[in-house]
Order: sequence, then structure tokens, then C-alpha cells
Amino acid sequence: MSSPVSTLSKLTGSFTAEAFAAHLARVAHLPSWWLDRQRAAYARFVELPMPKRTDEGWRFSNYTALTLDGFQLPPAVKAEQIAHREIGVTGAGTLLLANNRLAQHVPLAPALAQQGVIFASLQHALLYHGDLVRSHLLAQPSKFGSDKFAALHEAFLEDGAFIYVPKGVDAELPLGVFHYACGDGAAVFPHTLVIAEENAKVTVADFFRSDSASGAQAAQFACGGNDLYAGHGAQVTYVAMQDWSRDTLSFQFNAIVARRDAKVLSLNLHAGARQARHESFSQLAAPGAHSEMLALTIAHGTQEFDQRTLQIHQAPNTSSNLLYKNALLDAAKTIFSGLIVVDPDAQKTDAYQSNRNLMLSDEAEANSLPGLEIQANDVRCTHGATSARIDAEQEFYLESRGIRPAQAQELLVFGFFEEVLGKIENAQLHDTLANIIREKFKS
Amino acid sequence: MKPPTEIETAATENPVVGIDQTAGNFSYKVDYAFDAGTGLNEDTVRYISSVKKEAPWILEFRLAALKKFQSMPMPTHWATKDLENINFDKIRYYLSQGQKPKRTWDEVPDDIKKTFERLGIPEQERKFLAGVEAQFDSEAAYSNIKDIVAKQGVIFVNSTEGLREHPEIFKKFFGKVIPTGDNKFSALNSAVFSGGSFIYVPPGVKVAQPLQAYFRINAENFGQFERTLIIADEGAEVVYMEGCTAPKFSTSTLHSAVVELVALKGAKIQYITVQNWANNVFNLVTKRGVAHEDAEIKWIDCNIGSRLTMKYPGVVLKGERARGEVLSIALANDGQHQDTGAKMIHAANNTTSNIIAKSISVGQGRSTYRGVVHIPKHLKGCKNNTECDALLINTNSRTDTYPAISVRGDKNATQHEASVSKVSEDMIFYMQSRGLTEAQAMSLAVNGFINDLARQFPMEYSVELKRLIDLEMEGSVG
Repeated sequence: MSSPVSTLSKLTGSFTAEAFAAHLARVAHLPSWWLDRQRAAYARFVELPMPKRTDEGWRFSNYTALTLDGFQLPPAVKAEQIAHREIGVTGAGTLLLANNRLAQHVPLAPALAQQGVIFASLQHALLYHGDLVRSHLLAQPSKFGSDKFAALHEAFLEDGAFIYVPKGVDAELPLGVFHYACGDGAAVFPHTLVIAEENAKVTVADFFRSDSASGAQAAQFACGGNDLYAGHGAQVTYVAMQDWSRDTLSFQFNAIVARRDAKVLSLNLHAGARQARHESFSQLAAPGAHSEMLALTIAHGTQEFDQRTLQIHQAPNTSSNLLYKNALLDAAKTIFSGLIVVDPDAQKTDAYQSNRNLMLSDEAEANSLPGLEIQANDVRCTHGATSARIDAEQEFYLESRGIRPAQAQELLVFGFFEEVLGKIENAQLHDTLANIIREKFKS
Repeated sequence: MKPPTEIETAATENPVVGIDQTAGNFSYKVDYAFDAGTGLNEDTVRYISSVKKEAPWILEFRLAALKKFQSMPMPTHWATKDLENINFDKIRYYLSQGQKPKRTWDEVPDDIKKTFERLGIPEQERKFLAGVEAQFDSEAAYSNIKDIVAKQGVIFVNSTEGLREHPEIFKKFFGKVIPTGDNKFSALNSAVFSGGSFIYVPPGVKVAQPLQAYFRINAENFGQFERTLIIADEGAEVVYMEGCTAPKFSTSTLHSAVVELVALKGAKIQYITVQNWANNVFNLVTKRGVAHEDAEIKWIDCNIGSRLTMKYPGVVLKGERARGEVLSIALANDGQHQDTGAKMIHAANNTTSNIIAKSISVGQGRSTYRGVVHIPKHLKGCKNNTECDALLINTNSRTDTYPAISVRGDKNATQHEASVSKVSEDMIFYMQSRGLTEAQAMSLAVNGFINDLARQFPMEYSVELKRLIDLEMEGSVG
């Protein structure tokens, strides 16, 4: 505790200058502008301080457990070595990334490729679609006080997924992206970049898993991000499933930009990790833009899920709807901190923010910080937060119909989640997620 | 004695802001017999303590608080940067004509009496109050309770008298509900406090009429630091009301009070504030109560004046079935920031709390709701309900909501809801079609918005509040 501030602020843990040099050597073939950005990001990472008690962005978080020690850039693994499980979604293509490297690529359906849809690794995109990557990759600022970790992500980002849908193209079927972390101590930096041009339509399913061969208790470090860009009239559906090992320290930075009349739906399912922080930043940049921000969390054991959101309404007639639901078991802890910001010119904004915590244990702890900052008067902004157990009346009703208490409870918990899952239009994807949730509850 | 001379105060530039302030916007030249000078150091604290002839433990308490105050940073990591505009070296920390309040208005010196007469205090006292204390800068100029209330054993004195005459009652709770280091401004208050009300209501006594304190700042560059401690013994009931005004000087003024309430088993305390400081006053107040078994504490907090108010009345629900309530109304006009809210700390089973906050932002005014609801481990049957509604009148008005809700365990329930809206155009149109002017319609709509809260105020306050809102709303539309 008595260590001077100067050493604390330069804390790099395992991510030393040598580790960074090793990383740079592996990506030396990538464009120089990108390498310059990575170098600058690494310098920022080194300089920036770790979060401290008085940081509002870390209120209620266990900022003392953010250890960066004991991790390393993991060796490559082959696709066959991973206990990869398809998720049962008949997709238009899949990308499998393991330990920061592309391991397998099931290419796009030819019909889509012919229309100009690009589904490739991020490295491929950096080399062949540099301008697109340059204007959208990590283009949004870090807004939640995690600048140090955001810089770490940018510095060590090695490969990820790149999805580009040109003007007017409907890439109907979901594209699947799998990010694996394999081996004890593995540090991974996944990234998914989605660009939907004017009136394009795309659905992406992004999965984050630890290789089961390394055991559920592998101590890993995941520091990932994604950028979702929806051009005029575009529709982007993004579903992420975070299921890292139970001893992972996880960061995810999510940035959404919705242009005129664009619609973005993002759903994050959180189940894995020891401590997981998810930051989601939505910008409603032009009239008619809409962002649907959804999240489901199943918190077991002593897991901590820390979710921070920001909805910025920058233009008139924009709307956003946030619904974050947490089910808390055992001694789990959740934090929801959300903010709706309405800029002075964003009249006719319609924004909603809701956090529902279902308390399923006497040891669980739920923290809610739903915030509003409104600077225009002709708006409709509301938020709500509740924390409670299962409704006793509903439970009684089911039991009075002869349903066993355990089953009644299960039904009501699924009902709690279904309100969010029901927003997924693709039936197969919906069922896949529902099954994952069911499994998580049994474990 | 020469007649008091009224000091001209500059006419307010903005008619909208100025209107409601006029009632309090005057000051008289007063000769202060006791003046701690400008700036704050150990000598200031020793001076205050010595003119008050305090017991040594109080001086020690003050000096420790001063150290605490000096060591604590400004809370600007979450609060507004406007706090940095307070210059602690330019403030006068103690000004008075004497430490002993008068028991009849006839004894009060003319120059001070005139102030309170102009504010209508003696008249209100005759009409409907059980007791009044009128504080002028640092000390109470007048303090009296009706015989009938005094005979019931109710003690109603200022802080100096309370600690000196009744230490057996007050020492036990003094500084216990709000510790010195609770925040920078409670530490400041603990170092230089003067005035305020110390009230004790004996077991089972229900004080029929409200007790009232009136706080007046008269001097420029002055800091008022009153300290209030109300103890309602088992089964006792009391209603306390405070009002405050200050003239509008060109430099800013600081008001930083600490108010502690203790409601013992089955007691009820209702604390009503109508804050109408001039809009150059920094109003940074810490208010908290402890509610024991079956006790009830209700804060009714209405903020209309000041430049910046930061105030979050709280209740620590310490005994089973205790109940806490905060009803808050804030109105922020041009140049004002009302940063208000509530804290509910549940510490026993089956405790309930309710927070209803309504704010209105006019012109470039900014209103902020900030709240804490805390339910720790292994409690059951705790409930909290929070509702925050904000009304924005003009296109550039601003509102923020920052609640923090922590719940542990599966045997409690909390719900929080907030909404932001403007006055519905349909409603205004309807009223205009019935012959009302737009401004009248707007006033009616705004009064409707706060009506369910205002109804809970004592009649006189409710009427006054409506009048103030009408005045504030004038000129805000069209």
C-alpha cells in the first residue's frame, strides 16, 4: 500500500516493454500507420494510472483486484487442438480466432461475396482495406475511466474479425465469430469490427470462450473490443456471448455509432470470468438513429460483473432503449452504471434505460447507478432500476397450478430473461442463446 | 441609538431571477461587537470558542475539525467545479452583536429587529408557531418558545446554550450522526459552528405546533455555519421548520450547516426547509437523521434560492420498522445549480424508505438529483421506493439524475424510477383555449407538477411555495 504513486502509475504487470517488442515483431508486416498507433497506445498504457478509489468510473468496482501479473502472450494453437463447439446457427460463414491468431476461416456464402460483403480477419483488412479500417477501428474515445486498459487493447491487438457490408446489401444469415483463449495465463485481445454501409443489413454473433482443455479454472486475461458502425438506414444486429473461464479478468469495450435512420441492436450475454467489465458507448449521431442496448448476466459464485453504459443523443429525433437484466446467485456481485446524455440540440429525443436485478441469493449484491444528463427540454427520457427476488405472487400462482417450487422458480427466471431474448428476430440465434442460458443455470 | 441605515443593493439585472429574491434582498448596516476577522486559521477557531465561553472539550473538537477540514480535498471528482470558486481566505467566519439571544422582540436591537419584521417573523410566530429562533449572521438574536411547550419539558435553544446548559442531553449525540470528517464541509462546520437550534422533546410529548428557525445573512463575504441537533425521545413528535434569506451582494456568501436528527423508539420528526438564499450563496449543507425502532424521520426539502446548493438529507434506519422519507422540490433558474437528493441507509430489518424528488429547471438553470440507497448484507424486509421527476421549461434548461442503489440479498426490494419531460403542449393549448395566458397556463402546469408534494407542506408554506413558483415562472415563456 505504501508504494509511491509514480511506480503505481507506470504499472505494466506482464505487459512489459519486452512483451510489446515481441508483439510488434509478430505484426511487423502490417501497415506502418497502424503500428504507429499501437506504439502510441502502448506509451499511453504505460503512463496512465491504475483506477483508484476516488474514480467515479470505478464506483463499487473491485478496482484492487485488477492484477496484470502472471499473464503472457500465448503460443499459437491449431484449430484441431481446440474443443470447438459449433453453436447450431446455420451461418453465412465463420471465423475462428485462437490466442490472438486466425485459426480457421469458413468463407462466406459465394452469393454474399459476389455482392461485395467482406468477412475476413482484421489483419487481412488492415492489409487490403486499410482505409475502411483506419476510419472505424477504435475510432471512438474511451469514456468510462478505463483508458489504461483501452490503450492496452489497442497496443496488443494482433488479429480479429472484420465485417463489411456494402450499400444496400442484406447479409441475411448470421456471421459467426469465435474468439478462444487457450492455456493457463493466456492474454488475449479480441476485436470485431462491423461496418454496415447505407441501407445494409447484417447480423453478427460474437463468441468469447476459454478452451475447455485448459480447464474451467485457467487464469486468463481478456481485453477485447468491438466497433459497430451503422451508416444511413443500416441495420446491425450484434449478439455477443462472453463465456471465458471462471478465473479470467475480462474487459470488453463496445462502441456503437448509428447514423441517420440506422438501427443497431446489441445484446451481450455475460456468463464467464472472475471479474468482467463491459463498457458500451452508443452514439446517436444523426436524426432517426436508434440503438437498442440489451444485456443478460448470469452471475454465479463470487463473480463480479461491472457494466458501464453511455447513450449520447447528438441529434434531434433519435431514440435509444437500454435493458440490462442481471440474475444474481451465490455471492455474486453486479454493477450497472448507465448514463443517458442528451445534447442541447437533440430535441425530440426518446431515451429509456432500465436495469433489473433478480436477487436469487442472500449473499448476492446488486449496485445500480442509472444516470441522466439532459440539456434539451422537448424530450422523453426515463429510467428505472429495480432489485428484488422472484415475485412471490407469480410463484404462488404457478405452484397453485401444481408446478413444483423448483420448476416454478426456473420458469420465472427464464421468463425474466425472455423479455430480452425475445428481441432477437432470428429464431435459431434466439434458441441458441436460450439453450446457453439454460445450461448456465444447471451448472 | 441612530436609526439603522439601509444599504442599497444593486437592482438585479435579470427580472426573472430577481423577483422572488426581493423579499429578502435588503441589508442593514450593523455594528458588530464580535468579529473573527477575515480568513480561517487556528486563531479564528480559538476566538469563536472564547467569545462563546465554551468548555475545553468543544474547543478541542473544533481544532480537530479544522485540521480535518484543511486535510480534506474538495470533492470535485464527483461534484461541480464551481466549488473551486469559494475563497475560504476571504470569508468572515464569525460576526455577532452578542451571544445571548433575547427572549422578547422588544429587547432585540432595532437594526436587527427591523430585518425580521420586514421578513414577517414576529407576525408568523404569533399566528402559528410554538417557538421561534431568529439567527442573524452568527448568533441567534431572538429565541423564544411558548410557555405551554416549555412546561412540557421541551428544550429549544441555540447550539452554544445547548452544549453549555444541557450537556447531559446533547453531548451524547452531538457530532455522532454526522461525524466531523463526513465531508469537507461538515468538517468546516464543526470547526466554526455557531447558532442553530438544539431541541430536545421529552418522551411522549407531541409538540402540537411547529418550531421554527429563521436564518438570515446580513453581512457581505460572510459564512454562516449553524449547527442543529434535534432529539425526539421515545414516542415524542415534533415538526421543525427553517427558512432562510440573504441580500444579494456582488461577492459570494457561504452557508454550510450541519443538521443532526435523532428519533428514538417510536418518535417522529418532520424537518421542513424552504431555502430561498440570494443567488450568490453557496449552500453546502449536511443533513442526516437516525431513526430508531419504529421511529419516523421525514425531510421536506424545498430549494429555490442560492447559486449552488449541495444537499442530500439522509436517514439512517437503525431500528426495526424505522421509516425514512425525503420529499424534495428544487427550482433552478438562470445562474443556479440545485444539486439535491437523498440518502437512505438501511441498517435494520423491515425498514422502509421513500424518496420523491421533483425538480424544475427554468432558463439556463440546472437541477441535479443525487441519491444513495443502501441495503447491506443479511437484512430482510427492507424496501425503498424512489421517484425523480424533472421538468424542463426552456430549450436550454438542464437536468441530471445520479442515483446509486446497492442491495444485498434476496429478501429486500428497491425500485427507482425517473423521468424527464417538458410541460405538454396539449395542456398549455387547452388552458389557453379556455382564456388563460400562456404564462398563467405554464404556472398552473408547474404548480400541478409539484402539487402532490406541496400538499404535504404546512398550509402557510404551501401557499408561499406556490407564490414563489408563480413569480419564478413569470417571463420564462413567450
